[in-house]
Amino acid sequence: MKLYDYVLSPSCYKVRLMAALAGVKLDIWPVDFHPGAEHRGPELMALNPAGSIPIFEDGDLVLTESSAMLVYLAAKAAQQWLGNDTAMPAARVQQWLSFSHRLTASLGAARLHEMLLRPGNIDALRGQGTVALRELEAGLIEQRIRGQNFLASDRPTVADIACFPYVALAPDGGVSLDPYPAIRLWSRAVRSLDGFIEMPGIHRLHELKPEPGPEGGEA
Amino acid sequence: MTRNAMMDEWYPVGLVSQLDAHGRSTALMGEPIEVKRGDDGTATVARSDGRHLPVCIRYGHVWSSLGDPQKPLFAIPEADQPGRRLVDVGVVRVRCSPLRAVENFLDIAHFPFVHTDILGSEPHTEVQNYKVEIREDEDEVWATQVRFYQPQAAKSAEGGITTEYMYRVPAPTCSILYKTCPPRPGEWDVITLFVQPLAEDLCDVWPWMALFDDETPMTDLIHFQQTIFVQDRSILENQIPGLLPLDPGMEIPTRADLTSVAYRRWLKRHGYTYGAQLVAQ
Repeated sequence: MKLYDYVLSPSCYKVRLMAALAGVKLDIWPVDFHPGAEHRGPELMALNPAGSIPIFEDGDLVLTESSAMLVYLAAKAAQQWLGNDTAMPAARVQQWLSFSHRLTASLGAARLHEMLLRPGNIDALRGQGTVALRELEAGLIEQRIRGQNFLASDRPTVADIACFPYVALAPDGGVSLDPYPAIRLWSRAVRSLDGFIEMPGIHRLHELKPEPGPEGGEA
Repeated sequence: MTRNAMMDEWYPVGLVSQLDAHGRSTALMGEPIEVKRGDDGTATVARSDGRHLPVCIRYGHVWSSLGDPQKPLFAIPEADQPGRRLVDVGVVRVRCSPLRAVENFLDIAHFPFVHTDILGSEPHTEVQNYKVEIREDEDEVWATQVRFYQPQAAKSAEGGITTEYMYRVPAPTCSILYKTCPPRPGEWDVITLFVQPLAEDLCDVWPWMALFDDETPMTDLIHFQQTIFVQDRSILENQIPGLLPLDPGMEIPTRADLTSVAYRRWLKRHGYTYGAQLVAQ
């Protein structure tokens, strides 16, 4: 399985992360997205007329949408990540997979504007990103009331991986995550998963030391 | 205003490889400027009132100045050695003081925590003693005999090695790092951080490299350095205070921070205070 990849792209990271969590080895092809704009060159435009990355190949199969890549990897190697055992989680997975595009178009575009100087109306992008974050926060709070720690079910699914990167990197675009406690707890839960890998801007969890104080040993 | 001292310095304002006739609108210390390729094919930099600014083409970048540079741009003799690969890493914008960006580049102690398993790893966190001086003849800050254990020091490094470094600050917003070169012992890889000050709390950072490495694809070299720098970016955007304090009081340096102490002292001596705060608040 071959991934046309850019190390700073959250959409590419989704695929790398899903593959790592599913124990799948990818053949990584680095694309000079910045500063070279190789994704807009003739070779990659022929493969993906949308001019975006990631691009995923497995034999004759070519995928250009990251959500499809997540589903393919899960179906091949980690079916519990599909979350489609009953109607409710199956529908919620689809809901959040589609929703993830709004995160890309708002928080992702704000990040590209602030970090790599791509054009865009930064105030509008941040505003749209904030609306999406509020919706995600509400969804995660409802899930917690149901006793579930992840977006679509009581276990992580492709929906979590589709939404996690652009949310975790929102501060790169100047959108703070401070107002969203449920999102921060969820981000911790994702980063605690066995096999989790990081990307620049998303740090791994460092081991927690015991709290100082009467119960925690030496003060 | 003491900030005039920084007005006469050279700053990077664009990549030579991306110059075009359409131009790039950017800024230098709060002044809007336009960088483009003129009709005769050479680079021009102009203020919004049309006044042309000095231009210098060097190290893959277009350099300019709002003032009247008294010296040519600093030399990097190693960069002209034949056989080196010259790597345009590309711009990354950071909402931080341009001086903070340079200071972070000079710091070694954060490697195991921010660049985990690449430039450092726990428990190898100790910064051994190294030498720091302000070289009076060159008027530059130098740190030498810096050694650090690194799991993957460069794209061309296989496995962990103790890497030796030298750091050099030849201009207030530029730093050059000389680093052990795994494929060519005896030579130094050159890794630079050229910082364009847009405002006192905003900068465009242009990393650039001159490496002995005939194996690694160019894209991998670019991605390695972008990975390192973007790992730093979120840290830089959250430093408090935002402006670099040049007077003691707000931050307590440790022995590992000797380079930073010398850098701040050198900045203060020259009145290089754009992006700095002088009295601790």
